[in-house]
Amino acid sequence: MIALLRRDLALSIRAGGGFGLGLAFFLILCVLVPFGVGPMPALLASIAPGILWVGALLAALLSLDRIFQLDFEDGTLEVLATAPLPLEGVALTKALAHWITTGLPLTMVAAPLGLLLNLPVEAVPALVLGLALGTPALSVIGAFAAALTVGLKRGGLLISLLVLPLYMPTLLYGADAARRGASGLDPSTPLLLLAGISAASVALIPFAAAAALRMNLR
Amino acid sequence: MSIWKYANPMQFMRSTEWLLPIFAYAAAACLVTGLVWGFFFTPDDFRQGSTVKIIYLHVPSALMAINAWFMMLLASLIWLIRRHHVSALAARAAAPVGLAMTVIALFTGAIWGEPMWGTYWAWDPRLTSFLILFLFYLGYIALWQAIETQDTAADLTSILCLVGSVFAVLSRYAVNFWNQGLHQGTSVPVATGGRSVADVFFVPLVISMIGFGLLFVALVLLRTRTEIRHRRLRALLARERAAQ
Repeated sequence: MIALLRRDLALSIRAGGGFGLGLAFFLILCVLVPFGVGPMPALLASIAPGILWVGALLAALLSLDRIFQLDFEDGTLEVLATAPLPLEGVALTKALAHWITTGLPLTMVAAPLGLLLNLPVEAVPALVLGLALGTPALSVIGAFAAALTVGLKRGGLLISLLVLPLYMPTLLYGADAARRGASGLDPSTPLLLLAGISAASVALIPFAAAAALRMNLR
Repeated sequence: MSIWKYANPMQFMRSTEWLLPIFAYAAAACLVTGLVWGFFFTPDDFRQGSTVKIIYLHVPSALMAINAWFMMLLASLIWLIRRHHVSALAARAAAPVGLAMTVIALFTGAIWGEPMWGTYWAWDPRLTSFLILFLFYLGYIALWQAIETQDTAADLTSILCLVGSVFAVLSRYAVNFWNQGLHQGTSVPVATGGRSVADVFFVPLVISMIGFGLLFVALVLLRTRTEIRHRRLRALLARERAAQ
């Protein structure tokens, strides 16, 4: 499992550019939004939590089809399926690698990028904590959608359609936590719910993803 | 004799041969009765005027939009557990019907909402969860379309339906948390037994609801029969090609 994780991380950092892609997208979005809506600090501050969360979600979406696609094409996935590590473990490891290369860096740059969008300082802890709690769910759910579409030639568009409704609760609680933080309310309720979604997704979705992989490999 | 005998496509085709017209005519009768009664023979509401009459389309279609997903969930489970092809095909057949019901519910709601709420759309929990349901239907149908191998497609869409159901319920309660509701509560609360619709409106409403239910069953049967024939046709073509 650790070997697989190290392999996936090395692959995504050294080749393909999947590592920087999500971050670059996130940065571009946060720079472009003020140009789009105008340099009004009050307006920017009120939409900043939503923009940051939507940006994180779309950035995670960008690299989803890489989770299984390349391994499926060159046959690595079949080797992994016959390896002693159960396919559930493979799915979880792949999701973890995806999280380390997208979710974790996004969480770390969210605070400085929030400053670009005039995010109130009080909202920063809720935003960062929310991203840290919520992005694992995004990666695991995304791995499930990637497993569903792994056998398809052009699965990219389909992945976004499949994942969009599945991401809804996570986005909603995450953005709400940041909004509550911004208006000085206690963000702990949405944060706890967010943690619940992540914990349940991490525990259960690898089984669904592994089932989908088995069906695709049959 | 159990219900599993209908899992045999031959048996299914034989039974639905005569069941389908019955459902279709019963649906037509109920819909004509319920809608004509509702549209022309009920009084205008004291506050809402004649706009109240859209309830005869809105409530039944919304009801069936949700129940269609439950039916797909059930059919997907049967496919995953017992691997009856008719079940997978029925789930496939139900999805576009459910999608159409969702669209009808969203549209009639928007038409009613403009004069009553002053807006076609509000980010109200019920409206939002219906929009999410709409997206789920789209994703489900798109996945069916995208995969070439039929059995794999059935497997994958079943898994999607299972996971999607969990997230649909989750979204339903998440949006409650997110925004205050503009939409009124349920018109026909089954659990409490009471109801917020007056008798004059209620009877045609129930007839319309039955009509929509029968219409759904008839459409799903029809579409499942088409899918079975489609599959037979493909098998015949494949056999012919192999013989050449």
